[in-house]
Amino acid sequence: MSSSTFYTSIGYKILMALSGLFLMVFLLQHLVINSMSVISPDLFNEASHFMGTNPVVQFLLQPILIFGVVFHFIMGFFLDIRNRKARSNSYEFNKPAANSSWISRNMVISGITVLAFLAIHFIDFWIPEINFKYIQFLPEDPTRYYHELHEKFALLPRVIAYVIAFVFLSLHLLHGFQSSFQSVGASTNKTRLTFSKIGNVFAIVVPFGFIVIAIFHYLTQH
Amino acid sequence: MKLTLKIWRQKSSIDKGSLETYPISDVSEHMSFLEMLDVLNEELIEKGIDPVAFDHDCREGICGMCSLYINGEAHGPDRRVTTCQLHMRKFKDGDTIFIEPFRANAFPVIKDLVVDRSSFDRIQQAGGYISVNTSGNTQDANSIPIPKEDADTAFDAATCIGCGACVASCKNSSAMLFVSAKVSQFSLLPQGKVEAKDRVLNMVNKMDEEGFGNCTNTGACEVECPKGISLDNISRMNREFLSANLNK
Repeated sequence: MSSSTFYTSIGYKILMALSGLFLMVFLLQHLVINSMSVISPDLFNEASHFMGTNPVVQFLLQPILIFGVVFHFIMGFFLDIRNRKARSNSYEFNKPAANSSWISRNMVISGITVLAFLAIHFIDFWIPEINFKYIQFLPEDPTRYYHELHEKFALLPRVIAYVIAFVFLSLHLLHGFQSSFQSVGASTNKTRLTFSKIGNVFAIVVPFGFIVIAIFHYLTQH
Repeated sequence: MKLTLKIWRQKSSIDKGSLETYPISDVSEHMSFLEMLDVLNEELIEKGIDPVAFDHDCREGICGMCSLYINGEAHGPDRRVTTCQLHMRKFKDGDTIFIEPFRANAFPVIKDLVVDRSSFDRIQQAGGYISVNTSGNTQDANSIPIPKEDADTAFDAATCIGCGACVASCKNSSAMLFVSAKVSQFSLLPQGKVEAKDRVLNMVNKMDEEGFGNCTNTGACEVECPKGISLDNISRMNREFLSANLNK
């Protein structure tokens, strides 16, 4: 397979789908660890400490994750611009809702919302974490993680922002999950409905889980 | 029925078009949509106005020539029919009907409602065929056993008439439903498997060259397709494209 394979419309679709599937696996893993904060602070601290100090996670998986996030967003914008160029003159009267869902037509809108949320999320958690470990080189404290998370959700506006962002993430996943399997050619007339059902469950359960965690930490300190 | 028609008029491919309003009366609900346009054109000719140019040929729903975007949908509000099979009973007395050409950069407007869909022909020429030697001892196709399911699926894909409704309906002007149907109708059958790898690569490359957009799986093409071509064909083409590249 040559690199020119991916410089085609289907190649772009496949890359977009693979990066999306990778990010969905990350989301699931993130939810599992965050859920521990609701069950047991000690368990959450232990898991977070492992993720925050393990060299494989920090220096191999984390860069891959950052690349995956950046790639997915850049590719999304690139494809959206490319697709808009394919029709210079739009219809005077159009009825897109007659044949497709709003979610499927507006992945770029839900994507931009999630991107805006990621900026907040990075400012809230990732940048302080990098500052703590790799700029200030502060001594490691395996018990700090729960309090850092818990205190972040003391402010109602932040909780509301998180809830809105995860609603849009849910919308993004409702189309993105089953679309990924279609793009990589895994979907057939026998499996399409199954992928769609699993996708619907994933798109509701995972974002809802993050929402519950944010609300839990807000309510337990007010 | 009395109707108000808002029709896209464009003198040539280089002119800037616009919607023009034409009232029409005495429209029978039994008329087909194209017959209604025929009546309008007779009235326009009598008034010395240039008639509305629109594509049509068989008027039986099988040639794929009629290509109107009616009230915001390719081939109008009915499902699984081409424009010529759309009847005026689908509309109500007093309705305003918007009629536009299929819009995509790969389908440039020639005049009024007529668009140039020769990009589809060029995609077909890039690989939408099988090479059969006429040596005189070619094996009879009926002597090759084919699973019923494969034969049915290939036949379903082959019912694509290449009208372009998929491109017109897709927000990205993607031609993937058309191309995937043409890829599938051959690749599922023994005669088509021989050239399957080159076919999918060449047709996809040609599709990209022609300037069609990228599929984002909205499913609009499948809904608006007058022949009900399934999205499964797109998934199959993606699979075949990946497989052809891996085995290059």
